[in-house]
Parts: sequence; structure tokens; C-alpha cells
Amino acid sequence: MTTGRLLRQIGFSLLLLATALFFFGPVLWEGITSITPDAEMVAVRLFPRNPTLEHYQSIFVGQPFFRIILNSLVVASMTTLFSLAIGGLAAFALARLHFKGKRILLGGALAVSMFPPVAIISPLYLIVRALGLRDTGWALIVTHTTFSLPLSLWILTRFFEEIPVELYWAAQIDGCTPLQAFTRIILPLAAPGLAAVAILVFLFSWGEFLFALTFTTTEASRTIPVGIALFPGLHEIPYGDIAAASIVVTLPVILLVLLFQRRIIAGLTAGAVKG
Amino acid sequence: MRSSARLGYALISPAVLLLTAVALIPIAAALYLSFQKRLPIFQIVRFVGLENYRFLAIDPRFWNSLGNTLYFTLLAVTLELALGLGVALLLDRAFPGRGWIRAIVLLPWAIPTVVSSRIWEWLYNVEFGLFNSLLTEGGVTHGPINWLGDPFWAMHAAILIDVWKSAPFVTILLTAALQTIPRELYLAARVDGAGRWGIFYHIVLPALRPVILVVLLFRTLDAFRVFDAIYVLTGGGPGNTTETLSIYTYKVLFQTLQFGYGATLAVAMFFCVVAISLIYFGLLGRERRGA
Repeated sequence: MTTGRLLRQIGFSLLLLATALFFFGPVLWEGITSITPDAEMVAVRLFPRNPTLEHYQSIFVGQPFFRIILNSLVVASMTTLFSLAIGGLAAFALARLHFKGKRILLGGALAVSMFPPVAIISPLYLIVRALGLRDTGWALIVTHTTFSLPLSLWILTRFFEEIPVELYWAAQIDGCTPLQAFTRIILPLAAPGLAAVAILVFLFSWGEFLFALTFTTTEASRTIPVGIALFPGLHEIPYGDIAAASIVVTLPVILLVLLFQRRIIAGLTAGAVKG
Repeated sequence: MRSSARLGYALISPAVLLLTAVALIPIAAALYLSFQKRLPIFQIVRFVGLENYRFLAIDPRFWNSLGNTLYFTLLAVTLELALGLGVALLLDRAFPGRGWIRAIVLLPWAIPTVVSSRIWEWLYNVEFGLFNSLLTEGGVTHGPINWLGDPFWAMHAAILIDVWKSAPFVTILLTAALQTIPRELYLAARVDGAGRWGIFYHIVLPALRPVILVVLLFRTLDAFRVFDAIYVLTGGGPGNTTETLSIYTYKVLFQTLQFGYGATLAVAMFFCVVAISLIYFGLLGRERRGA
């Protein structure tokens, strides 16, 4: 190996290290903070002398944190289910059936995905209040489903189109109705696409803040982002507890990313590159 | 074929219904509200015509928040594109552990923004934060920097979080686009005597251009509506220096409960977004015709 090549190799490795440090460092530091006892937080040390789980204990004991996680799980799962069902049916129609107005729907969905949620929050708030839906999961499930629909519509249409149309025709010649051909032939083949959309929608709902903040008033109905943003601190900000809470809600995200990295990337790419 | 059309309309109807009821009608309703003076606590609902818009035109806080939003968007998106492209190029070659690095890069994008903001807030902490201790111990600064309390630093602290969270999005999309460039092109260019920069300018950049435009469109519109990070970090402070349009609109709506004027701000924001989209669609159309 020549010196030039060696230097380039070292430079490349350093760049990789810097990249990893920038993107993972903050999370790692939060993890270290979460096991640092309050007394040791005054002096910054790379690792605490007496690591402790007291912060993890304190967020679950005497605080509705468990309830908040459950709320988020329910809202995000239901949103994912509805978004896949409603988006999937529409995407099948867009990909395989013949009717007018497809471009209007796709264009309209794209427009909805682009406008700022704060622009419609006031009428939605008035509607939610009038219907008595404040503090219920439904207010969030309905809004999250709506605002994840553009994503499911675009990506699923794209994935359904990629499944050879001959398979769809063959199923119909064998006596399937269009819907049967959809559920028996297209859906199973599009499973990877469905998984990709499910993860993206779940992550969107899991992290959505503005609607969740506006439509909830009591602590017990909050979702994770609201719970973390309005973390109760009586006298001083409980950094250790916040760190522990952040880590608890980040762990499932890390797991999803590690398990479904390829799906997430495929979904994002299919959604955006089409243009 | 007519039954196919009927089935088609039946299948899209739930989606159309939701998008109409939860997104389009509220936009129309916001437009309607924007012509009203509406203060729910005082039971006031009154049609005032263009009065809210006249106030908007001379409202210094509106112009301040518009300026903040534009600054935030411009700087954040530029940095995200630069960093995202850099990391995409770095990850374009094969090396052991690439999957891990890619997962690490993907992680900030997947973490809820509110949680990321809390994570960074702790790094920015004046007394116990990692940044200040490293800087002070390393002798770079003499005293701690008040990252979130100083107007200059607060805005850039928020921008850095956005870059951390969204550069990965740019990286993912550009990595995919990079993979569509035939490897033979690089070889051919090298045979022709092109250096690294030559290859980048004449092969990589032109191939990436359409995707870069799409990425910029998504990122610009997303950065323009920034809310979560600033709500958690500064709430718009110090002295409204980080107050963006979303934050200001939210405060007018839910802190001072002026639903009429809040809707006016929302409509103004909506038209900004329409304008930005039209510019990008124009650029994309030109790109496609040129190709």
C-alpha cells in the first residue's frame, strides 16, 4: 500500500468515525445521563462512578408514564391499521382500475402532505371540541390517519404498479373479481411495500406533536411527545428523569431501525423519487 | 369497464372523504375564520372583513416570525443538503460495517423530534451541558455559553437539531439515486483523465439533480413549518428571536385565544407554502423538459 493510499484510508475512517459520532453521540450521551445519579451531574464525566437506575424507577413510579406509552401505542397502531386499509384500497384503485380523476386525488393528497398542520389546527380544534372528542384517542387517530394518507397512497400505488399486471389479469381469467384478485394476488406480493408503509406511518404517528398537544388536556390522555415536552418538574428540571424517559421511548425506535432498515429506506425512496 | 369505474370510486371514497373532511374543509374554514374577530372566551364572533389582514400587514411580530422562519429554512436546508450529500457520497462505497453506519445515520430521522430536542437541550445546558464543559475544559471559551438564552446561538441551536434530524433523509434519498449511476461511467471518466472533482461535477451532480430538487422541495416545506424543536427548546425566545410562523400562530391561537387573527396567520402561512411549491414545481418542470 502506498503512503497516499494509506493516508486516504485513514482519512476515510476518520470521516466515518465523525459521522457516527455526530449522529449517535447525542443519543449515547442521553443514555449515559439516564444512568447518572443526580449528585454526579454537576461535574461532567464520560461515565458515572455509581451508575444507577433510579431515574428509570422514578418515571414509572408515581407518574402516568406507562399510561402515556400505552396511549401512543394505541394511537400509532390504530393509525397504521386505518392508514394501510384506507390507503391500500385507494392505491389499488389508482394502480389497477380505470376511472377519471386519479390525478386529482394524487395531486390533492400531495398538496395535503405539504401544507403546514398549524394552518388548519384552529378549525380542527373547534370541530374536535364541538364533537366532544378532546382527550380521546379518536381525535388523534383520525387526524394522524388523514395526514399519513398521502404517504400510504403514493407509496402503495407505486408498489402495486410494480406488480406485473399480467398476474392481475390471470387471476381474473381464473374467475376472481377485481377485489379478490387484489386480496389474493396483489396484497401478498406487495407485503414488503405494506411493511415499509406501516413502519413509516407508525413512526409518523409515534412522533407527531402538534395535534397531540392541541387535542389533549389531561396528563392521562397525553402521547409520548406531549409527555416528554411537558415533562413535569416541580422545582428544577429533572434532567436525569427526562433522559431516562427519552431513552425508554427511543429504544423501540432503535429496534425498528435495526430490524427494518431496508424497508424504511425502500419506502422513503419510493415515496419521494417518483416526484 | 363501467363497473370497474364504479368500484374504483367506491374504493377511493374513504380516502377522499377523510382528506376532504379533515384537511380541505378545515383549510376553507380557516379562510372563513380569518375574516372574523373571534374570541371564544368573551363569546365574541364578529365578521370584520379584511381588518385582520390589514393588521397582519403592519404586525411587526408577523414580519419578525416570517424572517426567522425564512432564515431557519434557508440555513437548515442548505446545511442538510451539504451534509446529507457528503454522507451519501461517503456511504456510496463498500466497506465493512456499512450497514451499521447506515442504521446510525437513519436513527436521528426516526426519533420523535420532541425527544431529539430534549436530548440536545441537555447537551446545550449552560451549567452541566457537555458542550460547555468540553469548550471550557479545552480552553476554547473562558466562560459557559448560554446556547439557548442568547439570540444568536438559540436560533442556530435549533437549526443544528433540524440538520441532525433531517440530513439523514437527504442521505437516504441521495444514496438511492447514487446507486442508479452506472459504475462504467466512473471508469470511463477516469480513463478520460477526469479527477475526483471532475467526476463529481460532470457525472454525479447532473445525475442527482432531479432527486436533489425533490429533496429540496420536501425539506424546504418541512423546515418552513418548524414547530416541535423550537417549542421544546426556547418556546420562541429569547425575546421572540426564535419565534417562527408556526410558533407565533400557535401562540395567537391557543395562548391569547384569538381564533380570527390566528386563522389569518395560518392563511398567510398557507400561501407562503403555495408560493414555495410553485417555485419548485416550476424548477422541476424545467428540469424535466430539459432532460
